[in-house]
Formats: sequence, C-alpha cells, structure tokens
Amino acid sequence: MEQFDFTLIDWSRAQFALTALYHWLFVPLTLGITFIIAIMETIYVKTGNPEWKKITKFWMTLFGINFAIGVATGIILEFEFGTNWSNYSWFVGDIFGAPLAIEGIMAFFMESTFIAIMFFGWNKVSKGFHLTATWLTAIGSNLSALWILVANGWMQHPVGMTFNPDTARMEMMNFWEVLFNPNAINKFLHTIYSSYIVAAVFVVGISAWYLLKNREIALAKKSILVASLFGLIFSILTVGTGDESAREMANSQPMKFAAMEGLYYGTDHAPLIAAGVLKDDPIPENKDKKDFFFEIEIPSALSYMAFLDGDAFVPGIHDLVHGNEEQGIMSYYNKIERGKIAKQALTDFKIAKKENNQLAIEKLSAKFNDKEFLDNYFAYFGYSYFEDPHDIIPSVPFSFYSFHIMVMLGGHFLILFTVLLIFLYKEKLHQMRWLLWLTLWTMPLAYVASESGWIIAEMGRQPWVIQDLMPTMTAVSNIDSNSVIITFALFFITFTALLIAEIKIMLKQIHIGPNDGGH
Amino acid sequence: METVKNIFRFYVEGFKNMTWGKNLWLIIFIKVFIMFAILKLFFFSDFLGSQFENDSQKSDYVLEQLTTPNK
Ligand code: HEM
Repeated sequence: MEQFDFTLIDWSRAQFALTALYHWLFVPLTLGITFIIAIMETIYVKTGNPEWKKITKFWMTLFGINFAIGVATGIILEFEFGTNWSNYSWFVGDIFGAPLAIEGIMAFFMESTFIAIMFFGWNKVSKGFHLTATWLTAIGSNLSALWILVANGWMQHPVGMTFNPDTARMEMMNFWEVLFNPNAINKFLHTIYSSYIVAAVFVVGISAWYLLKNREIALAKKSILVASLFGLIFSILTVGTGDESAREMANSQPMKFAAMEGLYYGTDHAPLIAAGVLKDDPIPENKDKKDFFFEIEIPSALSYMAFLDGDAFVPGIHDLVHGNEEQGIMSYYNKIERGKIAKQALTDFKIAKKENNQLAIEKLSAKFNDKEFLDNYFAYFGYSYFEDPHDIIPSVPFSFYSFHIMVMLGGHFLILFTVLLIFLYKEKLHQMRWLLWLTLWTMPLAYVASESGWIIAEMGRQPWVIQDLMPTMTAVSNIDSNSVIITFALFFITFTALLIAEIKIMLKQIHIGPNDGGH
Repeated sequence: METVKNIFRFYVEGFKNMTWGKNLWLIIFIKVFIMFAILKLFFFSDFLGSQFENDSQKSDYVLEQLTTPNK
C-alpha cells in the first residue's frame, strides 16, 4: 500500500465529493418540479381556469432559476474524470464515454428547445403545443439522468463486460445486460422518485410560508394539493425502490449492506436496526465490544429485507473478512490471494507484450477469455492491491448514519404529505401554524435526505470505484496533489457563490410572488 | 425558409422581452466562462491525452499503472 500517494488520493476524492454533492443540490428539484409544473399546466388546459396558469407560471419561474444556476455544473465531473481519474476513465471509457456524450448533446438540444417554448411560448404557440413542450421538458430532463446512473450502477455491480488485457480496457459484451442491470434500474427509479419528493417538499414548503404570511392563499392551497398528492405517491414508490436497492445491495455488495446496518457478526433472523447510536467503530475481531449505545430493533426484518426470508442468514463484517464456511462465504484473505493470481497473469501479459513474445501473449490472452479464470480469479482482481482485509471495510458510522437519516426522513415526508392532505381536505390547514412551520423547515431536510442517499451509495462502497475490480487508489491519475488542492478551493468558491446566488434570487422571487408579467 | 425565420424571431423576441431572466443569462455566461475558459483550459487537461500520442501508448501506460502502481 505504501506505493500510493494518499494525499493525492484523499484530495481527489474530496474534490469529487464536493463537486458531486454541490451538483446534486440543483438536480433533484429540476427532475421533480418539471413534472409538478406539467401537472399544473394540464389542469389549466383542461379547466381553462386562469388561476392555474398563474400557479404554473410562478413555479416555472422558480424552476428557471434553479435550472439556470445548476445547468452544466455536472460537466465539472466529466472534467475530473479525464484529469483526476484517468486510469478509471481509460479502464471503462469505451463503454460510457460515447453514450454520455450523446446524452449530453441530446439533453442540451431538447432542453434548449422545449424550455424556450415553455418560457417564451405563452400566447405564441397553441395551449396544447405549450403543454406538450412542458411535458417533454420533464421527460427529457429525467431521461438525461439515465445513462450516468446506468454507469454508476455498473460500477456498483459490473455486468455485461469483459476485460481486454491488450488495451487495458473493459469491453461491452452485452449492452442489454448493462442497461437492465438490476442495480442500474433500481438506482434510476429510486433516484428520480426520491427527487420528486424533494421537489414536492420544495413546493409545499414555499406554499406553507405564503399561508403563514397570509398571502397567495389560493395559489398556496392548490399547490399544496398537487404537490402533496404527487409527493405521497412517490414517497411510497421511493420506499419500494429503496427496498429493492437494499436487496440488490445485499447480493452484490454485502459489505456495504453490513456496514449500513452496523452488522459486525452475521446471524439468521437478523434484526433491522430502526434507529440507534453507534458506540464507536469496533474492529470486527473484537467480539466483546458493544456496537451500539442503544438501538431499536425490528426482529428478523433485516433478513427479510435482504433475502425476502425472515430466517435467512445475513453476513456481517466479520463473516466477510474471515469467511464463513458453513454459509459458503469466501474470506477476504482468500479473495486477496485470488486477486494476486489474476494480477500476476496481467503482469506476465505486460512483460510478454514488452518482449513481443507472441506465444506467451496468445496463451495469456486466452486466459483472459477463460470463464474459469474470470469467475474464480479475475473477479477478485481489485483485492490484489490490499494486504490487510481490514482496509477493505468502509466507514461504518458514515454508512450507518447516512442510510438511517435517509430512511427516517423518508418516513417523515410520507407522514407530512398525508397530514397536509388531511388538513387541506378538512379546510383547517390555514389555522395549523405548527404544521405550516414544520412544512417550511422540512425543505432543507429533503436535501439532507437526498444527499445522504448518495453518501451511503458512494461511501458505503469504498474502497471500490468498480466493485471488486478497481480500488479508488488505482483509479486516480498520478498528478501533483497541489493542483488538486487548488482546484478544490476554486470549486468551493465557485459553487458556493452559485448557491448563494440561487438562494438570493429565489428568495427575492418568492417575496415578489406570482405576477402575470414576463420572465 | 419561413419556418426558420419564424423560429429565429421566436427566440429573438423571447430574449428581448425577458425582464429579470436576463440576470440569469448573465450568471450562466459567467459560469460557463469560468468553467471552460479558466478551469478547463488551465486546470483540467486530459491527463492521458496530454502525455501520450496514441491509444496504444495509453493502454501500455494504464497497464503499467494497474500492475505496478506508481508512487
Ligand atoms: C424510505 C425508505 C428508503 C429506503 C429503504 C432507501 C434505500 C436506499 C438504498 C439501499 C440506497 C443505496 C443504493 C446503492 O448503494 O446502490 C439508497 C440510495 C439513495 N437514496 Fe434512498 N431510501 C429511502 C428513502 C429515500 C429518500 C426519502 C430519499 C430522498 C428524498 C432517498 C434518496 C436516495 C438517493 C439520492 C440515493 C442515491 C442513488 C442510489 O444509489 O439509488 N432515499 N436508498
């Protein structure tokens, strides 16, 4: 491990985390609010009631601000792939480079056409045409998240590819297997559905503020009705897709699953920790150490969540590190040995290539096409970079808390939307000041939940960039760490300025409220 | 031809009639300028592209990295 420059690795990771988390502050609102606006405009077109047009235009304004400030922040991540993560980009570039570029160009043209019609087209194109453009903006922006999430899903569960030692690249064997990778499907659905919750909370939060200020009563109530219904439906679907994601994780990333539940020792009838406070980050060997200060358990629920069977055995961190023969779990020690055999084969290939030894090249190339070798050795290639299996355990507190915060907030949103609908129906919402304050203060929590989702997804899979194949430290480019520190600072300043601009312009527009003027 | 003209006019009028939205365009331009003219140009060169001339050299380099990672 001493061959790696950890200052460079840590700063490269910090930089990627910073830019990804900031980028993600803008995306979920766009994904969700476009659909809410499309629903509102549909009601306007169906009823002809100008109040709905006013409502549609008001939320469209806020969407415009968010879109303008957030647009293109994701390109920064692509810069980083080429500069800071060049080994990784080369390793997978063949597969994801072209589709991501096509997606970017398509999204740009779709968005610049349909968004222009949305904003400039009132009274210039027919109502039906305008409505179509609004729906297409919503669908287009959601579809433009597809391929990047498929790529992320593949990194968590690499399928449909094979490694070519000659080019040092992964090559696509089966496009459909990559696209319909269960990890990718769940990730896409869970990401967009949960983003709809963020947008719904945004709409009910601002509407609650209007009710507290006794302003824009009709707009606020109508918006709460649409957004709460929308939010409630997608809260239920978010729980469903999250549950599916957890099951997929239990199968393809059991260490991440154990870490997010703080499960050190595997057991059958494993309980789900509904809430708890971790004591510290105990070493898996230390069996006597208590893991939690306190915990609330739901008996057998974790076994059920992982394998749809309350009796099933769920492996803990200890089982994965040391193996568990009874349960047929291979130890990390064994995986390291197998990974090293695969790496030796690659090293031999490299030497043969340098010496232009055709016979050896052919023999070794055949090995990299041999299923037995691929399944039993190359599948653990990434483990070869480690000597101590304890370096392959992600941070348990990070994984545990981010997962539990996300899930608890998911419950909070679901209840909140339900309660808002009940009081709206009873026509008592306006008087329920505590509820309106709670709704307002739930706005930042929606962002916390969404960012926590990414923290569990990305921190929980460490040390892997590509599960079992490429650890983060090998993915990084060998560049000067000082330049990474400088760009980290530059990004921090630029993104913080953008965020402040977003909040300021947004607040100003909310204070002004809906007006029938232009944009 | 008429359609192209109409589309062009649609965009021009749209931009002309913008009120507060013009500030957003200013922000977009400043942002894109910082990103491409400063960050991309001075800080984010394509690492492999700037070091090697062709794909085969890039492959050899990455293979070297994967088998004997550098300090
Ligand atoms: C309430 C029940 C929920 C469950 C069971 C759940 C489950 C999960 C799981 C297991 C992951 C990790 C997937 C992976 O690493 O591959 C995840 C990720 C994520 N979650 Fe949740 N989640 C829930 C609610 C929420 C809520 C309320 C939000 C936001 C409003 C949210 C947003 C996210 C995001 C953005 C990700 C990252 C993308 C992904 O990996 O799918 N989740 N969730």
